[in-house]
Amino acid sequence: MIHWNSFADFLAMGGYGFYVWGSFGVTALIMVVEPMLVARNRKVCILRLKRQLGIAGRHLAD
Amino acid sequence: MRLYHFASPATFYPLAGTLIPYFIALAVVFGLAGLWLGMLVAPTDFQQGEGYRIIFIHVPASWMSMFIYLVMAGWAAIGLAFNTRLSGMMAQALAPTGALMAFLSLWTGALWGKPMWGAWWVWDARLTSELILLFLYIGYMALTAAIDDARRADKAGGLLLLVGVVNVPIIYFSVKWWNTLHQGSSVNLTKSSMAETMLWGMLLMAMCFWMYSIAVALMRVRTIMLERERHTDWVKALLAGGEK
Repeated sequence: MIHWNSFADFLAMGGYGFYVWGSFGVTALIMVVEPMLVARNRKVCILRLKRQLGIAGRHLAD
Repeated sequence: MRLYHFASPATFYPLAGTLIPYFIALAVVFGLAGLWLGMLVAPTDFQQGEGYRIIFIHVPASWMSMFIYLVMAGWAAIGLAFNTRLSGMMAQALAPTGALMAFLSLWTGALWGKPMWGAWWVWDARLTSELILLFLYIGYMALTAAIDDARRADKAGGLLLLVGVVNVPIIYFSVKWWNTLHQGSSVNLTKSSMAETMLWGMLLMAMCFWMYSIAVALMRVRTIMLERERHTDWVKALLAGGEK
């Protein structure tokens, strides 16, 4: 079922390792970093808006 | 009507928040299944050896880059026609993800082109029109960021999106209309030139990219909603309620 004979085989990608892993690596990096940046922007935005509205902490929530 | 109900940011915001974890989970499941089939099970290509495996991200990223643009243009049309608030926010939330997909399409294409054609880049119709798509995304983001008034930014950006939409069929059909170096499509509705496991691996990866894009766009649109609607009661109530 599994196409590869060994892990080294898998990494080598029949000599195309650099191209295949260069593609998958950058894609994986972007798909991890993009949601992180979006989540961070959200945190920053919420903090700023709370400050503008004069909601300092959660004492107002209770 | 239900649609109008959800078109209001105040109701869409919590709905999006509920849906995001499901889309992330689906993206992970489809991604793992697609990688397992594509990277571990699928056989070697008889022409391109193992190098063809770049297809499992190149094609999904390229499809998404075109599809996201069409969705943005659709939102732009709705926004210009009906002056709805949500449409501009949706278009803006999709743009960075669409740009990244266009970038990934070009990046993986370069890494695929080098070993197969001997060149990272050629000024071929398919590649050039995809590069123009990336510039359209960047142009849209720069234009909307440069205009302070959000509704005016939506209008200007929407116009750019609608003019640029002509580029999408050019990308899609370029391999048919011109004699290009880029190979023809490997998949169409009636027949496919790929082995079964290859095809399924690619479709699963496409689903993964699809779910990922929806999840990130929903995450981004929620922030845009808070920002733009900061003067409304629902946002104030949400922030006072300890929204994190």
